[in-house]
Amino acid sequence: MSDTNSPGVSDAGEAAGQSWPEYLRGERHDPASAGTTGPGAGQQGQGQQGPHHRVIGTPSPTAARTLLDEPDGGSRRPRQPELPPGPADPRHARHAELLVAACFILAMLAGFGFLVAYALIGVGSLTRVLHSNLALGGCLSAVFLLLGIGAVIWVRHLMPDVELTEQRHPMRSTPVERAAFKETFEDGAAASQFVKRPLVRRTLIAATLPLAVAPLFLLRDLGPLPGTSLDNTVWRKGLRLLAYGTGRPITAAEFSSPGSLISVGPEGYLDNDDAMAKAAVIIIKFRPGQLVFGPPAVPGHASRPNLVVPNWTVNNIVAYSKICTHVGCPAALYEQTTHHILCPCHQSTFDATRGAMVLFGPATRALPQLPIGVDSEGFLIATGPFNEPVGPSFWERS
Amino acid sequence: MSWITARRRHPAAGYVVIASVLVIIGTAYAVITSGAASASPQATPNSAQIADGRNLFVEECATCHGLYAQGTADAPSLIGVGAAAVNFQVTTGRMPAAELGAENDRKPPRLNATQTAAIAAYIQSLGGGPTVPSAAQVSTSGADVGLGQQLFVADCAACHNFVGAGGALTYGKYAPPLTASTPTQIYEAMLTGPEAMPVFNDLTITPQEKRDIIAYVTQVRSEPNPGGFSLGRVGPVTEGLVAFLGLLLFMVLAALWITAKHGKAHE
Repeated sequence: MSDTNSPGVSDAGEAAGQSWPEYLRGERHDPASAGTTGPGAGQQGQGQQGPHHRVIGTPSPTAARTLLDEPDGGSRRPRQPELPPGPADPRHARHAELLVAACFILAMLAGFGFLVAYALIGVGSLTRVLHSNLALGGCLSAVFLLLGIGAVIWVRHLMPDVELTEQRHPMRSTPVERAAFKETFEDGAAASQFVKRPLVRRTLIAATLPLAVAPLFLLRDLGPLPGTSLDNTVWRKGLRLLAYGTGRPITAAEFSSPGSLISVGPEGYLDNDDAMAKAAVIIIKFRPGQLVFGPPAVPGHASRPNLVVPNWTVNNIVAYSKICTHVGCPAALYEQTTHHILCPCHQSTFDATRGAMVLFGPATRALPQLPIGVDSEGFLIATGPFNEPVGPSFWERS
Repeated sequence: MSWITARRRHPAAGYVVIASVLVIIGTAYAVITSGAASASPQATPNSAQIADGRNLFVEECATCHGLYAQGTADAPSLIGVGAAAVNFQVTTGRMPAAELGAENDRKPPRLNATQTAAIAAYIQSLGGGPTVPSAAQVSTSGADVGLGQQLFVADCAACHNFVGAGGALTYGKYAPPLTASTPTQIYEAMLTGPEAMPVFNDLTITPQEKRDIIAYVTQVRSEPNPGGFSLGRVGPVTEGLVAFLGLLLFMVLAALWITAKHGKAHE
């Protein structure tokens, strides 16, 4: 506010003021006229100003005069600084003007460049798409950047740099305006026969009803609820374990090197991404005696004190879900030295020798284990589905 | 024949026949299998090479692995690990190890090719195991790179990153980048499962599929990789972050400049 009262150039000659439009110049009303036209006075005074035939929506005759005016008629208002007659340094202003014009011309050229690039480059091939995107984006960026730079130079070097204080006025319309609006509205309502002809009115309302209900139908597409689909995978008794990538079934005899690991999926579903999203499995081969079943040898994980590891293995081969029980990342980082299965997302660590129970990290449940066996040809098969939902927790999980 | 005819109904005759047949079958099996073993192009170690390997082993390896490669409290037994494991560990410079630890870093090899082959022959002579693959076995000509990528993504990328840039494991261990690995080393690593790496034997991932994987790992190195610090080929993300922060700073400064009170030029 201190600048508002700075000396400025308030005593500049009236003749020099022609450079700025009338409404920007600090008008000096004589106190008498300000008293009757100010909005504060208007609340009481407007009514006595005689007939007032103003079209609704056009500015009030007082508005133009209240921009810099004060409700109390200016008797106590701080003196507004006068706007300078024009830029202080005409040469400087001329330079700025040329600079602004140059920016705008360049922006125009960049705009034409956009049109030309669009027309010439086209999107026939990947390379052309890349070039087209680069050219279009570059031109458009240049247009807006140059417009912005030009505008900023304009504001900073050509426009006056004086702080003006604009008072906030009551927003309520005058009684006359309010009465006029009411009258106009009622006239219009009567003239349109909206009230008189209920048939038109009601059919119009009926016509819009379906639109109002439509969002409810669109919301329905957020469903249906997943039901039991999160509880089950496609694994079932008898499905062979196929190596991911090659789709080959695996015999227990082939998967014979201790420390081996391979990603597998259920027979017939390897190309079904929806199914594989839940059914991905890793199998790991251990040396005899490495796998521990039953209650954990060491005190179990805090959240599962009674964890009992089932013996669902065959030939020391064990199969675990590849989907981490934390948030569902593929947990397949297996260290054959420590028997840790690590999830790369949040470092949940599972012990592959003890039913993949949690050793560390944010996961709270062991990786679900797939019961496996061998069929008559020696290939590894599932002997049943997972006995619990795979992947992260969800509301309805039992 | 009369000697046999006279004794063919002897109570022991049946046992003699069975014993003879067993001996013949056993001998034939031994001859056939040893013939198959000597047919392998790699398996031509002579006793002199094994003796050299034995001497080198005692000098370089026995401190940790024991005088007879039987293993100690500090290091595992090497009986049965095969020449492939020796070749991998020594040619990648991991062995002889600089210090005891769960993992050893790749470094320039300390032993030359002849010495490596000698030690490999010695270890191979102890208990067999996977042999060093031949040049033909690791050749990538005609390999199916697409299948190699599928297999790599399924079974290798979890640790080694989808382009073999390496990644972190538990408790400070890490899966090394494959950027400097030779095709032979990649093959041997799959075959033997060095350090924390799982084993992918030739029955689970066939030699042909191993060649496909090698082809993918080696070919992906020459793919365009824009940007500098690529974070394992995720693209020029780091540059983007720097540019983003730089532009943000620029925009903040520009906003300050636009709204700042400039000099009293007009007052």
